[in-house]
Amino acid sequence: MLTELDARILRIYQSAPDIPMAELASKAGTTLAVLSRRLARLRLNGQIVAKEAIINWQILGYKVEVSLRITLDKTHQLAFDNFINDARKIQEIIEIQTFLGKVDVRLLLIAKNMDDYQKIYREKILHLPHIMEIEPLMHIARVQNNEVLPV
Amino acid sequence: MMELDEVDQQLLKELQRDCTRSASSFVDQLGLSQPAIWRRTKRLYNEGIISGKRLVLDTEKLGFSVTVFLGIKLARKGLVRLEDFERAVTAIPEVQTVEHVLGVYDYRIRIVARDIPDFERILRRRIMTLPGAGEIESNVLLSEEKRQGPL
Repeated sequence: MLTELDARILRIYQSAPDIPMAELASKAGTTLAVLSRRLARLRLNGQIVAKEAIINWQILGYKVEVSLRITLDKTHQLAFDNFINDARKIQEIIEIQTFLGKVDVRLLLIAKNMDDYQKIYREKILHLPHIMEIEPLMHIARVQNNEVLPV
Repeated sequence: MMELDEVDQQLLKELQRDCTRSASSFVDQLGLSQPAIWRRTKRLYNEGIISGKRLVLDTEKLGFSVTVFLGIKLARKGLVRLEDFERAVTAIPEVQTVEHVLGVYDYRIRIVARDIPDFERILRRRIMTLPGAGEIESNVLLSEEKRQGPL
């Protein structure tokens, strides 16, 4: 598991992914050499997976964001596989999640405006296989979106 | 709205996966000079198309084996101030994202827990006691896939 130092490093690094390494080291109360070793170890263990750029789709003209909560017809053995394979082909879908609960799958869809959304919904989404029920949630605001782990 | 040419889109796709790559590492792949790539990358950041960076951690390997999405409906709308609810919910360390949505729920929240008993503790002590929280639906995340989007 994580040492106390690892946890400290991850806490600071997660909330400031752009932090200079020297500053990260001093904030975590260690030296640059030790920090590099710990980070190399965390990457090697696969605990740190990557550092990725977050795209602001709004600026690229995608003003509408909708979560589609979907229930599938589970009597069909390959319902999940077929559905997800086809969903991957729709470019406007930026997240696919599967669940244990009331909802089976959630698709996060982006569109330029409501007309565009309607078009994608009718021409692409409704053609996905094995759908029993679709329930849309329109995104109004992101109150918090840092996906920080409380290590 | 920003227009991106094919090279920008390619660059954005790569940075979305790994934003630590240097301009020189793209030279062969994109067939452009290092300064040209550097300028394009800088523009993506300056224009806000890339709004930030995220350190991607393996939640499972860091001891958080349960991720749950909660749909929360506020009870007695009008009596509850959204700001009060939002302030209280974002203060919970296990809460990773909070989205204000329009549909069957008012808020969509992502939380991480070490295991099911830990989830139960968070749900009972932290979530159910939130100011104005009414009906709550839990869906346990089984799989998740982030797609590159319309690039």
